[in-house]
Amino acid sequence: MAKSEGEMTWKDLEIGCIVTEPGSARKYQSGTWRSQRPTYNFNRCIKCGLCSIFCPEGCIGQNKEGNFEADLYYCKGCGICAKECWTKVITMVEEEEK
Amino acid sequence: MTTRIGIEVSIAVADAVQLCNADVVAAYPITPQTHIVEHLAELVANGELDAEYIPVESEHSAMSACLGSAATGARTFTATSSQGLVLMDEVLFVASGMRLPIVMAVANRALSSPLSIWGDHSDVMSVRDTGWIQIFVENGQQAVDNTICAFRIAEDNRVLLPTMIHLDGFNLTHVIEPIIMPEESEVAKFLPPNKFPLPLNPDKPVAMGSFAAPGIFIEAKWAQEQNMKASKKVIMEVWNEFYKAFGRQYLPVEKYKSDGAKVLILTMGSFSETASVAVDELIDEGKDVGQVRLRLWRPFPFDEFRQAVKDADVLVVLDRAVSVGGPAGPVASEVKSALYNLAKKPKVVSFIAGLGGRDITVKGFKDIITKGIEIARTGSKNEYEIYGVRE
Ligand code: SF4
Ligand code: SF4
Repeated sequence: MAKSEGEMTWKDLEIGCIVTEPGSARKYQSGTWRSQRPTYNFNRCIKCGLCSIFCPEGCIGQNKEGNFEADLYYCKGCGICAKECWTKVITMVEEEEK
Repeated sequence: MTTRIGIEVSIAVADAVQLCNADVVAAYPITPQTHIVEHLAELVANGELDAEYIPVESEHSAMSACLGSAATGARTFTATSSQGLVLMDEVLFVASGMRLPIVMAVANRALSSPLSIWGDHSDVMSVRDTGWIQIFVENGQQAVDNTICAFRIAEDNRVLLPTMIHLDGFNLTHVIEPIIMPEESEVAKFLPPNKFPLPLNPDKPVAMGSFAAPGIFIEAKWAQEQNMKASKKVIMEVWNEFYKAFGRQYLPVEKYKSDGAKVLILTMGSFSETASVAVDELIDEGKDVGQVRLRLWRPFPFDEFRQAVKDADVLVVLDRAVSVGGPAGPVASEVKSALYNLAKKPKVVSFIAGLGGRDITVKGFKDIITKGIEIARTGSKNEYEIYGVRE
């Protein structure tokens, strides 16, 4: 899939929409669905990784400080991480809010 | 040497699948398709056909197993009928969308309720829009020939579409007919090995049947439509090659004494031969009639159909299915829409008859045609006529 989804014509599709490129779903930007975004108070983070296990997008990884943080390219804003985090590190805020 | 033998049509279809050297048969038995798959099971069990026979628990599973099989590049066959076909419905769309070249014989039978094991075309019409190539046959020879052609059509890399062969339940499946069975070597020459271009292969992984977001779904559907349209050229090429190799010719729309005739009857399937006899008798009685038979149901052969009926004043269409509450029989509806925008077109009179195994005799066809001519002249308050109902 050399072209992005928005550029592809019907002629660019493989027969039966077969996907020949492994991991191509990685390009799919589910972050555009988001109306809320997770914000963090990392002072309370015990780096347990529970949020990353519960995240349905699998988009939470460790940043360079070792804290667990969402990749906003994929984060769809479901808020599960905020609900599951036992030390209340995560607060969901409306996208429009700063 | 090709030999002409007396054989039950179902057995002959199974033997044709054997001649094509199918790799996988996944099927669930249902009347009146049973003899086809029973005989295939026998051939596999006896070692006469080197194939995997998958006895599944339902038609939904049969078609699902066929998906997996065809996805590996195996030559795949199944057969069903009526309730079995509608139970498969969900997976039929998947097979065509995934462009998997499965061949299926459908022993046409009425849909319940009331329960009927007898023939009509209500099962066919319910799967009209599944994206399968659909071919009708009228006798045992045509069933054998088109089973062989179906594999070549479906597997052609310019096509890659699942293909149904419609043969009338009982009227065809359970009768013994003289049939010329081609030699295995001739079939091997005619039918190249199946080369699915992107098969499931652990060394070159692919993902099949995946998700399409709104940004790409309509492109995928349009690709499918373009592909189905383009398949007609290949279908005709394959029939032409078949004609050269075996001497029997098939066309998308077949004509019988129709050139120049002012009144035409349009039929599909095994009743066509009875209608031909009725046409002969009417011609003997001095009537200006002819017959047109639709062999290719999908892709619909618009050009050939319009060409075949262009000089007629009246087109009587026989449907063996009802679109309850609809404008006409399903075939008549399609025919009407194919003609609607033409400046010169015949009057279409829609007749429904032959449901759930009710026979249409030669006299019946003569009545239908005669009544059709009358209705074309006088008009009718009915959207369609039903023939043979006791009032
Ligand atoms: S909001 Fe949902 S998608 Fe985003 S990081 Fe949290 S759990 Fe994952
Ligand atoms: S669940 Fe909470 S505490 Fe645990 S890693 Fe995630 S943010 Fe940190």
